[in-house]
Amino acid sequence: MDVLQNQQWLLSLGTFLPMVGVLVMLFIPNRDEAMVKGIAVLTAAATLAVGVYTAAKFDYGHAARLQFFTTNAWIRPIRATYTIGLDGISLPLYLLSMVITLLVMVYSWDHVPAPGNPKAFFILMLVLQTGMAGTFIAQDLILFFVFFELVLLPMYFMIGVWGGDNRQYASLKFFLYTMFGSALMLVAFIALFVVTKNNSATPELASFKFQWFIENGGGVAKNTAIWIFAGMFIGFAVKVPMFPFHTWLPDAHTEAPTQGSVILAAILLKLGTYGFVRIALPFLPQAAVKWAPVIGVLAVIGIIYGALGCLAQTDMKRLIAFSSVAHMGFVMLGISTLTTLGIDAALFGMVAHGLITGMLFFLAGSVKERYHTLQISRLSGMLKQMPRLGWILGFCAMASLGLPGLAGFWGEFPAILSAYSPAAGLSQVLFRTLMVIAAVGTVLAASYLLWLYQRTAFGEPTEEFGGHGSHAHAAGAAANPEHHDDIEDVKIFEWIAWTPLLIAIVVFGVYPQLMFKIFDPAVNQLTAVFRK
Amino acid sequence: MLSAEAAGWFLEHAWLIPLIPGVAFAVIILFGHYEVNGKRVLPWSGAEVGIASMTAALVLAVGTTYQWIHHVRGVAEAEPVTKSWTWWQSGGLRFGLGEHIDGLAVMLLLLVTFISTLVQIYSLEYVRGDRRYTHFFASLTLFSAGMLTMVLAENMVQLILGWEIMGLCSFLLIGHWWEEEANSRAALKAFLTVRVGDVGLMVGTAIMFGASGTFTISGLQAWANNPSTGHTVLLWAAIALFVGAIGKSGQFPLHTWLPDAMAGPTPVSSLLHSSTMVVAGVFLVARLYPVFHAGLLINVAGQHFNLIAVIGGITVLIAAGLAFVQNDIKKVLAYSTVSQLGYMMMGLGVGAWVPAVFHIFTHAFFKCCLFLCAGSVAHTGSHHSFDMKKDMGGLAKKMPVTFITWILASAALCGVPLFSGFFSKDEIIDSAGHLHYPVFMIVGLIGAFMTTAYMTRATYLTFFGEPRGAAAHFVHGDHAHDDQHADAHDTHDAHAVEPVHGRPLGFAKTDSAALLTVPLLILGFLAVVAGYINAAPFKIHLFESWIHSSIGVDIPEGPTFEWVKALPSIALVVAGFLVSLALCKQVFGTAASRLKGLTQRNPVLGAGHRFLVNKYYLDDLYEKVIVHGIAHPIAAAAYWTNQHVLDGIVNAVGIGGRKTSNWIYKNVDQRLVDGAVNGSGSVARGTGHALQPVQSGKVSLYGALLFASAAVGALVLVLVNS
Repeated sequence: MDVLQNQQWLLSLGTFLPMVGVLVMLFIPNRDEAMVKGIAVLTAAATLAVGVYTAAKFDYGHAARLQFFTTNAWIRPIRATYTIGLDGISLPLYLLSMVITLLVMVYSWDHVPAPGNPKAFFILMLVLQTGMAGTFIAQDLILFFVFFELVLLPMYFMIGVWGGDNRQYASLKFFLYTMFGSALMLVAFIALFVVTKNNSATPELASFKFQWFIENGGGVAKNTAIWIFAGMFIGFAVKVPMFPFHTWLPDAHTEAPTQGSVILAAILLKLGTYGFVRIALPFLPQAAVKWAPVIGVLAVIGIIYGALGCLAQTDMKRLIAFSSVAHMGFVMLGISTLTTLGIDAALFGMVAHGLITGMLFFLAGSVKERYHTLQISRLSGMLKQMPRLGWILGFCAMASLGLPGLAGFWGEFPAILSAYSPAAGLSQVLFRTLMVIAAVGTVLAASYLLWLYQRTAFGEPTEEFGGHGSHAHAAGAAANPEHHDDIEDVKIFEWIAWTPLLIAIVVFGVYPQLMFKIFDPAVNQLTAVFRK
Repeated sequence: MLSAEAAGWFLEHAWLIPLIPGVAFAVIILFGHYEVNGKRVLPWSGAEVGIASMTAALVLAVGTTYQWIHHVRGVAEAEPVTKSWTWWQSGGLRFGLGEHIDGLAVMLLLLVTFISTLVQIYSLEYVRGDRRYTHFFASLTLFSAGMLTMVLAENMVQLILGWEIMGLCSFLLIGHWWEEEANSRAALKAFLTVRVGDVGLMVGTAIMFGASGTFTISGLQAWANNPSTGHTVLLWAAIALFVGAIGKSGQFPLHTWLPDAMAGPTPVSSLLHSSTMVVAGVFLVARLYPVFHAGLLINVAGQHFNLIAVIGGITVLIAAGLAFVQNDIKKVLAYSTVSQLGYMMMGLGVGAWVPAVFHIFTHAFFKCCLFLCAGSVAHTGSHHSFDMKKDMGGLAKKMPVTFITWILASAALCGVPLFSGFFSKDEIIDSAGHLHYPVFMIVGLIGAFMTTAYMTRATYLTFFGEPRGAAAHFVHGDHAHDDQHADAHDTHDAHAVEPVHGRPLGFAKTDSAALLTVPLLILGFLAVVAGYINAAPFKIHLFESWIHSSIGVDIPEGPTFEWVKALPSIALVVAGFLVSLALCKQVFGTAASRLKGLTQRNPVLGAGHRFLVNKYYLDDLYEKVIVHGIAHPIAAAAYWTNQHVLDGIVNAVGIGGRKTSNWIYKNVDQRLVDGAVNGSGSVARGTGHALQPVQSGKVSLYGALLFASAAVGALVLVLVNS
């Protein structure tokens, strides 16, 4: 324990280091763009280095235990504390947020979206990083809430300022919708605190620490617990987003700049599912059992509905956005089974979705940059004009539809498996039905992804973009479409930003144990309460 | 389970067999075009790596086979050699990756590596100069790796891994020339149709796992054999898994993707249809036979039908029927494959496990040979056309090697006595009768008649009669634009130049190059002799003794062979040949005949012909009715709901909220509380101004309101509940 105690500063450093970078950047003039970008990327890299060091120091033998645990008084009057810690559930997400931020920044080096102003853009990304990392280390509800909300503001500005044509509507909708959920969530938090405090024999010990709720949440009367859970449910469900609270997502994703979409898909959506696993389930297990069928049904509706939404799209980016609804449905299905197998799958699915959908949004951004459109009907023959980018798109589509051997599979398949035998007290008939419907969802996933791929990557490039239509064959080598001036293949900064993600998709797909063994002990401890 | 020492090195290290091509795939993809100082690291652009890896795998497979035969000698029930490493752990369960080597696995390891090696050698010549030569070899190698992974899978998840890798590769290879839309559509169709079946595989795996708590093949076999296992769960598992097998093995009603898969290069068709991919479904049933045997009550007294036999039987007949109306030589062979897979399924369905599995073995050689012959004809004889009616005919003399191997393989396919197909197919038919499935015996006999008839037709059109079109050194002016040629996409860059109308084409004087004909000769030879390792008429049961322990369940003894019982099928083969030959001469021959154009004159026959040409309208059902008529409107409706109902509510709430707050702002805030809220609002508006003049001020106002309402709500909740 001594060693752990001695390195308790690691988490705070990793979380707040980006803010140091922000401080420095504030003193650098706007016009010194290279300097601004350099410091931002450096900060992100340093943060990641701290993260990697943390991961190296993490005791994997005791992944179920909170490590680097620190607790300090914070806001005494309301008994909020600065309590942080890291366990097997949060470590992968904590690291993922750092990796994604760095890669997004590298990508931004020569991709600052209109209307420019890289300084503000990079500062917002660093603030986001602090919010995301903080959410994953918080072990106190108020602290969690503060970080959870801190994330909103930079994303709001990223969409509202650097977004597409309809950015004002999308950003406001994103902000208000999430805020609406958060408000109910806060109600639930406060209510839970008051109820547990009143119930307790030792109310003077009450605090907002997670530990307090885990110990006392089980004693809350069932009906009260169900209502409090409802508040949390809406807060987290909006963030995930679960059907029918998802409508902010396609707009936000479509309008957001590429960087915003990537961060949104890769990390922000996970805050909701993480909340379920970290807060809602362990604090109120008795209510979780009552709510699980609802969550399961909504999750599966989300899988099918999201996929149908994808099939109806004509815009590549919007299609990818809708696919998130479907994929997060699998994650929520895993969670709703309340079994270790299911929640492990959900956590894996969260990371995998982050990597894969993040990559897809990167690709959509790069396609948009080259063709100035994402209309599926106008794109064709990308493989011919940009073979590398085309193959990467194919790879990501395959990963996204859950091909075994790539990361996406390990989120979907075990989630389906787990639905066959959900935790005690849940209806087997219901969950087995859900299992079959979810499995059908995998076919739909293959349909919309491969349909997208067939339409955009295969075939001949359209004449609009320098292709020669179907006459290219006959015309011979009059003008080689592969050397069309506007359309370049993958560029250097794209390679740097994408390669780690592509490698991670393969590595976790081939050897999923790398991640399962980190989650498993912590999840097992969490689900013990549902196994009795 | 055997200890490491007892089993022998090759058996212990059989897991290397899929690993080698797997690694080779990565090498080809990464270094296929890699150049150092302007010189290619791999002078053959990766083909040599593919062939070397398949050869190495073949050597290992031969070693494994040798040791397995040694291993089972004198042992009544040989234990499989298993091995596993932890792949992932979840919820206290350990999931492995490893090998499960028994007779079935060994047979397929040998078969797949052997066929793959030959096909790759053949491809050297066939796709020479192709625009994606390296990709082709990479995908081909990965394809084999996927099949091999599946074949020696120790557990269901590994099996699914190999299964899906094949799905991916079939997508890549069928869509190899993706510039043309027909090809990319065929690739999509193959992947999606198989994926529909995969739902069954996944659900079945989940059911078995949920009920038994294990994924391992041995564990599942033991579970199914355990009398205390409930029949209902076995039934559901068997049905679900069989749906997966239907999709993969092109059984009715999911067979429609297989003929379209002919859009890929011929070596791919050959590999896909002989030993990999399509036999995966049959393999699945054979592998988990105890589950199907118990779940579907196979061989239980009084059961004359079961799901597997019925689907297999239907497939035998409908696919054979379709083979009659094809003009594309590869499509004839494709439907023939579907039909033969039906035989295998039917065999498994009636409890004739060994003959069915033996049919996998013999079928691989002759079907691979037939496809490669078709490729050889197109490559050399008909200028890359596969249309028998337009561009072939009279090739027997021009291409003697191809012709002879074609005849040998056809004889094997038709089940001519003493050729390999006879020993396997006839055993299936015989067993169906012997095991009290008389209907399926008749189905098998009718199938044998039809097989001979359509193969006679194909042979006649290709090799006899007057040379037509490209076979006559002549090219149609309308060759490339003819819709009838929708399948003749087998062109590649070396021949992409549009031929001038009516210009004679020069081609090889005798036959295809040696790289094409040598594999043909090897396969033709095996098409004749492969049957003799399990030739019932000569009391040879070697194959059965090697593989018997893989069944995993006690099944009734097969019939003893009698020539008298084989007579009907032999007679039907002869009849099929004669009837078909006579008809062909009438319909396709030069002499005038009343039969010519009969389908145009006779409305009943015409309707039947149209029904077949349109493939029983199943494609229309799937594409026009289900996909366009149902799925698309549903998707559109769902999206409409999303935009107008769900989002409408959100927007209405937003607008209502804004109106309310405007009202509050005007009437309450401005008039009454000229203080804190107003102040914070204007501060926020000030900061937000730089970025978003209008919206930000409102956002913070909303924020303040929401937080206030949250606090009130919390209070209410606490008061109500305490």
